[in-house]
Amino acid sequence: MVENVKELLKLHELITQQVYLDNENSSLVPQEVVDTMLPYFNKIACGNPTLTHKPGWEAFEVIMNSFQKISKYVGAKNLEEITFTPGESEANNLAIMGSCFAKKSQGKKIVISEIEPINVLHTVEMMKKFGFTVTKVPVDSEGFLDMEKLGDAVDSQTILVSVAAVNNELGTIQNIKEAVQIVKDKGSQILFHTDATDAYGRIPLNVQDLNVDLATVSSYKIQGPRGIAAMYLREGVNLDRIIEGQIGTQKLWPGIENTPLVVGFTKASELVFESFEANVLKMRWLRDKLVDGLFCELDDLCFNGPRGEKRSPDNANVSVLRAEGEALTIELSLKGVYVSSGSACSRRLLQPSHVLVAIGRKFEEAHGSVLMKTTRYLTEEDIAYVLKVFPEAVNRIRHIVGSTGV
Amino acid sequence: MSRIPLPYNPKVMDLFRNPKNLGKMEDATIIAVAGNPACGDMITFYLKINEQTQIIEKAQFESYGCAANIATSSIVTEMIKGLTLQATWTDITWQKVTEEIGGLPSVKFHCGVLAVGALKRAIRKYFHDNDGGEPAWMPKENTFEEKQALEEEELANTLSKGLKPEEEKSP
Repeated sequence: MVENVKELLKLHELITQQVYLDNENSSLVPQEVVDTMLPYFNKIACGNPTLTHKPGWEAFEVIMNSFQKISKYVGAKNLEEITFTPGESEANNLAIMGSCFAKKSQGKKIVISEIEPINVLHTVEMMKKFGFTVTKVPVDSEGFLDMEKLGDAVDSQTILVSVAAVNNELGTIQNIKEAVQIVKDKGSQILFHTDATDAYGRIPLNVQDLNVDLATVSSYKIQGPRGIAAMYLREGVNLDRIIEGQIGTQKLWPGIENTPLVVGFTKASELVFESFEANVLKMRWLRDKLVDGLFCELDDLCFNGPRGEKRSPDNANVSVLRAEGEALTIELSLKGVYVSSGSACSRRLLQPSHVLVAIGRKFEEAHGSVLMKTTRYLTEEDIAYVLKVFPEAVNRIRHIVGSTGV
Repeated sequence: MSRIPLPYNPKVMDLFRNPKNLGKMEDATIIAVAGNPACGDMITFYLKINEQTQIIEKAQFESYGCAANIATSSIVTEMIKGLTLQATWTDITWQKVTEEIGGLPSVKFHCGVLAVGALKRAIRKYFHDNDGGEPAWMPKENTFEEKQALEEEELANTLSKGLKPEEEKSP
């Protein structure tokens, strides 16, 4: 297996240019973030922040500074409202399981949207084993939540509602403020969680303004290091811990704080928020160039998700008809362009992306979907290169398809 | 998103990049299709059969699918060239195709199955369309690969109609 991968990598040896657009699934950490993190591995603040020695106190100071900054960037009231976790899956698990276990005596119903990310979807699915029920609220053809059905779904048994602020596949910006209002009108005690991992750094985000109780933000989605995320929990709301161990600076997540990763996440956040407007403009400019270019170069494409102001500025999701997504991702990889697809190809169950199915895309449209996200680190030249090789890749795959399925 | 890493071997990659016997065949004796676009997995085989000797003189394919689908379809056309229909029927199994291609990740076994399903469907169709009917060596019942192809097509149809897949029913 590993031998095969070595051979696969060899096939890429002649690549002269590379463009990483799979920022949905991981990201490149820019040098300035790496440089900021490096001293924290072995030079400073290497201690456990709860211990009484210099390296410990150094770590404590750094971690507190990070709590402060992240709480400011999400609009939290104070720094105790932030919990660092080793990733967004952990943060979403903590938010959902922690809420359910803390509120189990008050009800057993969880309400989510049909297009929540997998780490929310699978977590609520698992809660069924503990006697909780799950209702999924439908979305329209652009991924916007059906607010009326949300109101219908929330009842006296409901303890938690979770809806992502920006959908990770479609870039759809939900009206979270309105959704929270609808839920709180039904019961002010019902907790509202939003996965804001695709909103953080892309759209203005303020947890107090949105009036959410819980929110998840993630480091790699803003080009920080992987393996670190943060959960916001409104002051006064009680949550159960979902893993146990030595409690350090944070009561909801035990274990020794990962100072270098916390520092990297904080640095990436600083870079995003210090020039928020400019970053957003650049992401949107590159994204629009990419999408417009593809539609200009190729026929039989369909655009997934909304256009304009209600779409996250980085997100491009295009279905290439008469081409299968996995074949396309491999063909593009061989040309140095890295993307992901909602194709079902790796699964015997044959079901493609649940998000694309939920907005009414036909299976063949979902199988040919390609998801790309721009960052402020990409250049116009990068996009020009993508626009050169993408049509070549599509044309070759379509040549193999020929008349099959037409 | 496709999450399972797929360490395709060099042979699969070679046939994906440079597929052999690709394209529509204008003078095909028989054409058969298996799978459908909703599965993300579909193959068309074109066979040129010598009516006297029942030997496959030429085989070509077109494929809508992943790299494994393309590679297995291509290798099947290579494997059957020069074989009689009977030998093809008996000798070409999905296991043999998988072996010939140097192995596939287990989640991709169905690509080999679908390719052989399409092939057997083509041979069955050939005899159906001929006056002589099915020969004695051909089982009346669909083989495993033919059944799997049917099952995959039905499943995709069911799923496209909005019914929940099994995974959703029993978490």
